[in-house]
Amino acid sequence: MPSLGADMDAGTLVEWHVGPGTVVKRGDVVALVETDKGIVEVEIWESGTIDAVLVAPGTKVPVGTVLATTRADGAPTPATAAPPAVLNPPVSPAAPHAEVRASPAAKQLAREQGIDVTKLHGTGPHDTVTRADVERAVGATATGAPATSPEHERMQAPPPPAAAAERPSGIDTAGMRRAIAAAMARSKREIPHYYLSADIDLAATIAWLEGDNARRPVTERILLAALLLKATASAIREVPEINGHFVDGVFRPSSAAHLGVAISLRQGGLIAPAIHDVQDKSVAEVQIALRDLVARTRVGRLRSSEMSDPTLTVTNLGDQGVESVFGVIYPPQVALVGFGRVVERPWASGGMLGVRPIVTATLSADHRVSDGHRGGVFLAAVNRLLQRPEEL
Amino acid sequence: MNHLASGPEPSPDFLQLDRNEALSLLRSMVRIRRFEEKCAELYAAGKIRGFLHLYIGEEAIAAGVMPLLDADDAIVSTYREHGHALLRGVPPGAVMAEMFGKVQGCSRGRGGSMHLFDVSKRFYGGNAIVAGGIPIALGLALADKMQGRRHVTACLFGDGAVAEGEFHESMNLAALWKLPVLFLCENNQYAMGTAIDRYESEQNLALKAQSYRMGVERVDGMDVLAVRAATRRGLELVRGGGGPWFIELVTYRFRAHSAYDPELYRSKDEVKQWRKRDPIVLFEALASERGLVGPDDKVVIEQEIDAEVAAAVAFAEAGSLEPVGDLTKDVCASRGTP
Amino acid sequence: MTNGTAAPARKTTYREAVRAALREALRSDERVFLMGEDVGRYGGSYACSLGLLEEFGPERVRDTPLSEAAFVGAGIGAAMAGMRPIVEIMTVNFSLLALDQILNNAATLRHMSGGQVGVPLVIRMATGAGRQVAAQHSHSLENFYAHIPGLKVLAPATIEDARGMLATALEDPDPVILFEHAMLYPVEGELAADAGAVPIDRAAIRRAGKDATIIAYGGTVAKSLAAAQTLAERGVDAEVIDLRTLRPLDDDTIVASVTRTRRAVIVDEGWRTGSLAAEVCARIVEKAFYDLDAPIARVCTEEVPIPYAKHLEEAALPQPAKIVDAVLGTMGEAGHG
Repeated sequence: MPSLGADMDAGTLVEWHVGPGTVVKRGDVVALVETDKGIVEVEIWESGTIDAVLVAPGTKVPVGTVLATTRADGAPTPATAAPPAVLNPPVSPAAPHAEVRASPAAKQLAREQGIDVTKLHGTGPHDTVTRADVERAVGATATGAPATSPEHERMQAPPPPAAAAERPSGIDTAGMRRAIAAAMARSKREIPHYYLSADIDLAATIAWLEGDNARRPVTERILLAALLLKATASAIREVPEINGHFVDGVFRPSSAAHLGVAISLRQGGLIAPAIHDVQDKSVAEVQIALRDLVARTRVGRLRSSEMSDPTLTVTNLGDQGVESVFGVIYPPQVALVGFGRVVERPWASGGMLGVRPIVTATLSADHRVSDGHRGGVFLAAVNRLLQRPEEL
Repeated sequence: MNHLASGPEPSPDFLQLDRNEALSLLRSMVRIRRFEEKCAELYAAGKIRGFLHLYIGEEAIAAGVMPLLDADDAIVSTYREHGHALLRGVPPGAVMAEMFGKVQGCSRGRGGSMHLFDVSKRFYGGNAIVAGGIPIALGLALADKMQGRRHVTACLFGDGAVAEGEFHESMNLAALWKLPVLFLCENNQYAMGTAIDRYESEQNLALKAQSYRMGVERVDGMDVLAVRAATRRGLELVRGGGGPWFIELVTYRFRAHSAYDPELYRSKDEVKQWRKRDPIVLFEALASERGLVGPDDKVVIEQEIDAEVAAAVAFAEAGSLEPVGDLTKDVCASRGTP
Repeated sequence: MTNGTAAPARKTTYREAVRAALREALRSDERVFLMGEDVGRYGGSYACSLGLLEEFGPERVRDTPLSEAAFVGAGIGAAMAGMRPIVEIMTVNFSLLALDQILNNAATLRHMSGGQVGVPLVIRMATGAGRQVAAQHSHSLENFYAHIPGLKVLAPATIEDARGMLATALEDPDPVILFEHAMLYPVEGELAADAGAVPIDRAAIRRAGKDATIIAYGGTVAKSLAAAQTLAERGVDAEVIDLRTLRPLDDDTIVASVTRTRRAVIVDEGWRTGSLAAEVCARIVEKAFYDLDAPIARVCTEEVPIPYAKHLEEAALPQPAKIVDAVLGTMGEAGHG
């Protein structure tokens, strides 16, 4: 489909003037294409014989789609669009400040609450004391920790902040449940799910993990979950149809694996924020990111990008005792990977019977984007990658 | 003082066209034609982007005018300027690279198809605002006149420009101050998608320029020899200090206004009729009738041009992109915030 | 900043300073010429070029037809080809007819040509309101031009700058727009006899102060100084900055001042919405956010085309009393003692 104008992204093939076997020369009009401006004649730029016509009349295809192929006089030239240049937004560093900085909002609250901002630790940009920092100090004061300076003693202690137990988490659980219910219902309505499972022998994986962890200080030990996430991210390279968003009827694969990690909340409910760019992280980095994400999730300290960016979600309910999980895909994602509990099972390998640690890996996937064959390739890839954990 | 379609009679030896000149004219027109066709192909393939205004059908004007200009004369043109640039001597590789957005382009990839510049050839663009270049041409001519230089500024624009206020202001000022500008109106009879009989109350464009007390001539723009003769007359008058001169060249573009459009505004028949007056076909017939050019010559020319166009494309493909870090370069000459 | 402290000062006017600048430019460089409506025989609509046609002749001082697009474009072309034209557009109100040439050609040719073409053009325009000449003759559109990369925009507010900015502008390889506020032409003052070129890349502190920074340009500088006087009587010490160059803005001077005073009031005769004051405000927020003790205030023209009736025109425009109120508003309790 040729580019026929500066603002053309796609065109509809209206009519073919040639078919397989038609001899064409450079400049011949071979088809009619409909654009926003009307119907345009499309010429062919090489001479030869039409070999195959690939797009049927009435079909709308993006610019660059191959419409037909030729043979003999000229090699068929598939149209390729030049990749757009990516501009990185300029980063301007702000000048450093010597004194303690506090935002106007922080200062206002501090004044009201009789708190000295200069004594606070700031979590805003460039260590600026933010309103939230002051609120925390207020909370600390309410529990008796000294935070005021003598000059402000004339201001009385403030009334305890309302619903203090819920405030730090910042998550409205009732609202969240409603949202989850709506999303699950919609997912089941709109996405044609198919399900696959594969039992994976984790003997090699666990043996390697134990050996590797033995060399690490306790605080840096890696959990199996990190390996599972890393293997998932790597497997995406082989089956990219598992990773991305289905929006407006079109699947947009993502070059990055932002894996949503399903985390249960203490007050109930499940949330699946993303670890960004798992494909670029080492297993150790995934472990750190995972631990950080879980910790922040439990106190409601997630960033909006973590909520909006997951390209594939992994749910690992193993520690709940479930052996396999066939989950509901979170739209606009197109798949959900599940790992169950690791159980010891009899296992035949190399003609011998033994007992191995087995995990059931499952895939719920969007049939509009992938099929069982591809899903199977994906799970096979995960299996294969887990057998060589040192390479993850 | 009616200068319409008149002027000094062409001298007899001018009518004698020799073989070298004939080959040169033919080659010039074919060079433009094949280059523009390649641009259309590359646009469909997504290599050239934005707007693309092709000169196909109008080659006789560039071929008749450009070789007659001195190296020190100046040229101001429009967004349909590929033909002008090529025959002025802007390297085809630089033009193609410009449209590919490469830093090796004649405007470093900053301008694209509509903003080809080559100051070493005194080729001042490439202007995307209809009639926007005409006042600039006045200024270039004014500077030459004030500094006592006998250069001519050739100012090319289309029939659509004649409706713009800037055209009228400029005709008046040029005539008033007797500026050495040769105005060349390439009347292809359409302002984008509107035929001239729908947007001009007076379709005789030369008459309008004449009303500003300027010498004018009206010429068949498909006849490269007629274009050449009229240009020669006009240049002589302007260079001699007679003030500006206006030539209306009646021509036709065979393709859409820009890249592709469904051409809802004209009938296929009309295009077909005009294609019978293809300037290349007409001149080839004339030249072979006079025994100046044979079929072998055309083959050789096509081969040479093919190679030239291929080399231009290869040059453009091999080019590099300007680093994004240089984004705000050349907004101002001085360093610092633009 | 003062030139020629040794040479005796003479009494002169802003208008005469502009004329002296034009005369010196025409005398010292034969590439310079003046072009515009009524600059020759009439002597300039604001009498800035009185006598210059007689002194330099019709080639160097050119009266043009009422054709802003054509003669501004001609100025661009002449600058491209080696001349140093000074194009006078009678007022900023008529510059809209030449906006295509200024934006699409003058500001953009260097970039579009990949650095090949330079346009060393100076455009002078009268600007501003206050003489009851009503809606179509009273615009302040400096912000339109200050918005455009590729241009430099100047606003001489003092006699010294009126005398000295033109020469520096003529040296610049890029197009420079010079705004002369129409109310300033008759203003009297002293100028050193050997006053000459002044820098065009920095703002100036016209009055040092410690309690608040008033930022102004062009016709509002004098009003700001008057307001500062009133404020001093009320015990508020205001610093007044004259921006002098509207593009590029001198962020360093602005930020240094606001960092010290912690309060900023910007005075701009353009309409409030989308004003140049809004740009200055954004820059202060970007660079001095944590040093502010109060929100930044703006004193601009009200959202109304300038009315003819005197009392309405006055009510529409920035005035010293409004500036005083705005400064006091940033002081809170401290200002109302």
